[in-house]
Amino acid sequence: MKNSKIAHEPLFHITKRPPMSKLSAFSVRIGAFFAALILSALFVLITIGIDPWTFIKTMIKGAFGVPGAEKADSFSAFWSIFSKDSYFWITLKTACKLLLIAVALAPAFKMRFWNIGAEGQLLAGGMGAAFLMFNYGTLPVYILLPLMLIVSIVCGAVWAVIPAVFKAKFNTNETLFTLMMNYIAMKIVDYFYNLWRGPMSALGMINPSTNAGWLRSIWSGKEAAWFRNEDLIFMFIIILITVLMYLYLRFTKQGYEIAVVGDSQNTAKYAGISVNKVMLRTMAISGAICGLCGFLCVSSQSHTITSTLGNGYGFTAIIVAWLSKFNTFVMVGVSILIVALENGSMLMANTYGDLGFSPASAKIIVGVMLLLIIGCEFFINYKLAFRSRAAKKEEVTE
Amino acid sequence: MIIWIQKAIGFAALITLAALGELLTEKSGGLNLGTPGTMCVGAATGFIAAFRYCQAVEEPSVIIILILTLLVSFLSAMLIGLIYSFFTVTLRINQNVVGLVLTIFGCGLAEFLSIYFVQSSSGNVRCDPANRVFTALIPWVSEKLGVVSDLLFSYGFMLYVTIAIAVGMHLVFNKTRIGLNLRAVGESPATADAAGINVSRYKYAASCIGSGITGLAGVYCVMEFKSGAWATADISTIQAFGWMAVALVIFAVWKPLNLLWGSLVFGICYWAYQYLPGMLGIKVSTDLAQMLPYIITIIVLIIVSLGKKKENLGPASLGMTYFREER
Repeated sequence: MKNSKIAHEPLFHITKRPPMSKLSAFSVRIGAFFAALILSALFVLITIGIDPWTFIKTMIKGAFGVPGAEKADSFSAFWSIFSKDSYFWITLKTACKLLLIAVALAPAFKMRFWNIGAEGQLLAGGMGAAFLMFNYGTLPVYILLPLMLIVSIVCGAVWAVIPAVFKAKFNTNETLFTLMMNYIAMKIVDYFYNLWRGPMSALGMINPSTNAGWLRSIWSGKEAAWFRNEDLIFMFIIILITVLMYLYLRFTKQGYEIAVVGDSQNTAKYAGISVNKVMLRTMAISGAICGLCGFLCVSSQSHTITSTLGNGYGFTAIIVAWLSKFNTFVMVGVSILIVALENGSMLMANTYGDLGFSPASAKIIVGVMLLLIIGCEFFINYKLAFRSRAAKKEEVTE
Repeated sequence: MIIWIQKAIGFAALITLAALGELLTEKSGGLNLGTPGTMCVGAATGFIAAFRYCQAVEEPSVIIILILTLLVSFLSAMLIGLIYSFFTVTLRINQNVVGLVLTIFGCGLAEFLSIYFVQSSSGNVRCDPANRVFTALIPWVSEKLGVVSDLLFSYGFMLYVTIAIAVGMHLVFNKTRIGLNLRAVGESPATADAAGINVSRYKYAASCIGSGITGLAGVYCVMEFKSGAWATADISTIQAFGWMAVALVIFAVWKPLNLLWGSLVFGICYWAYQYLPGMLGIKVSTDLAQMLPYIITIIVLIIVSLGKKKENLGPASLGMTYFREER
C-alpha cells in the first residue's frame, strides 16, 4: 500500500520561479545558444564530416565576413565589411527587414492579438507600391514616391484591420483569419505578377530604365556618394521606427492601454478603456508598419514584386517578437542572430554543397537553434523541484 | 463534371486525413501550427522508405511496401508530435511559436532527408511499385458500376482508410470514456485535472497520434496525389495543403464527420479553376480562382463566430497552456 503511494509521487514537480534577474536570464539564453551550436556542429560532423572548427569559421564568415577574403586583419580589409556586397552588409540589411516586421508585430502581440498575417500585410503594402510603380511610372518623383508610401501603409493597415474588425465585433478567431489573409494576399500578388509579366518567363525589375518609383530616384546626383545609398535609408527608417515603437509602447497612454488590454480585458473594461477601439487602432498600426516594410522592400530593395517578397519573415518575425518579450531593442539582437545563422549556413551550403550540405541543412540548423532558444524560456520561468531524499524517507517511516 | 468531382474527392481525402490529425490535437486543446511541417516529414520519410526498399529488393512485396511506408511516416511524424507536446505541455511554451518553428524545422528536415537519402536536389524521383500499391482499385466494383464506380470506387485504399478513421474518431469522441475525457481536457483542463484525468498524458497522446495521422496524409499525397513522384519542390505544395488542413478543421467546426463533406467543398473549390471557367464559358484567372478555398474558410470562420452556439466554438482552452498552479 505504502510502496505504491511512493511510486506515484512524481520524480520532480514544476513551480513558477520568481522573476529571474536579467543577467541570469541572459546567461541561460546564451547557454541554450551554445548548446544549439554544439548540436549543429555535431549534426554537420556526422552528416557530411566537416569538423566543428571549419563549421563555426564558415558560419561566422557567412554571417559577418567578406566574400573571398581569407584574413580580415588589416585596416582596409576591416572597412571592406561595409562594402555593398559583403556578407556583413547583407546580414545587416536582411536583419533590418526582419526587425521591422517584428517591431510591427510587437504592439499586436502585447495586446495578445495573434497577428500571424504579417506576411500578407507586407505583401499588401508591397503590392500597393508596385501597382503605382507599374501603372503611374510617369508621375514626377515628388508625387509618386509619397503616394506609394501612403498607399502601401493604407493597404497594410486595411489588410490587418479586416480581421481585427471581426475579432472586435464577433470574436472571430484571429490566428486563423490572419493566416488565411496571407494566402489571399499571395494569390493577388501572383495574379498581378502573371498579368504584368505577360509572355515573359519572369517579371524582372519594374521601370529598370527610368527608375521611377525606386527610392534612389529622389537623389539629384549632387549628394555625396556615400549618402546615395538606398540600403542606408532603408536601415535608417527601420531604426527610427524601432526607437519610436519602443517609446510608444513604453511611455504613451496608448501603449499603456495596449498593455492593460493584453493583461486582462476585464480590467481594461473596468478602467474605462474601450477594448474594441484599442484593438482596431493597434492592429491598424501593426498592419501599417508591415505595409511600410512592403513599400521599403519594393522601392529600395527588390524593385519588383513577387509573392516571396516577405521571404517567410512574416512568420519568423513572430518568433522574434515572442522571444524578445515585445522589447524592440532586444529584437535588434534576436533579428541579427537569426539572420546571421541563416546567412552563415547558406555559405556552408554554397561552399560544401558537393559534400551534401544543402540549403535544407541550413534550415535544420536554424530550426534546432530556435527550438532550443525557445525551449530555454521554460528554465527562466519555471524551476524543477526534485523529490528530495529526506522527504522520501519520511514517507517510508510514516 | 465527373472528372471534376473525382479529382475533388481525391483531394478531399488527402486534406481530410491531415485535418483529422490536427483535429485530434485540437480536441486536447493544442493548436498545432506545425501541421505543414509534420506532413512534409511524413511524406519525405515514407517515400524514402519505399524508395530505398524498392531499390534494395528485386521483387518488392506489396505488403512490405505498404507496412513500411505507412509505419515509417507515421512514426517519424509522431516524433514531431512528440517534440510539439514536449515543448507545449511539459515546457509550457507558447503553442503558436512552437508550431511555427516546427513548420520551419519540419520542411527543412524533409528536404534534407530526401536529398541525403534519395540524392536528388532537382527533378523527380519515382517509386512506381509503391504508387501501384496506393492506387490499386477494388477489383469488381471499380469497373462494373458505371458512374457509381467512377465517382465512388476509382480511388486507392487510403480514401476508405480516411473515412474509417473519421467515423472511428467520431465514435471515440462521442461514445467512449476516453473521448469524453479528451474533450474535457480540451474544454477545461483544470476541471479535468480535478476530476482525476491525467491532463498531460491525454495531451501527449492526442498530439502524438494526431501528428502521426497528419504524417500519413503527407505520404498519401506523394503516393497518390503526386502519383508516386517526389521532388523537393513538392514540399511547398504539401506545406500549402497543411495550412488548408488547419483551416478545414475550423470549417468543420471541430467535428470529424463534418470534415468529410467540408473537405469536398475545399476539393471542388481547389479544382474549380480548371473546370468551372470551361463549363460556364468564362475566363477567370487561375490565381484568383485559387483564392476560393481561403475566402470560403474566412467566411465560415465568421459564420461560426456569428452563431453563438457554444458547441460550434471549438475547444474552449484551444491554444492555451495549462499550468496547474496558475490561477
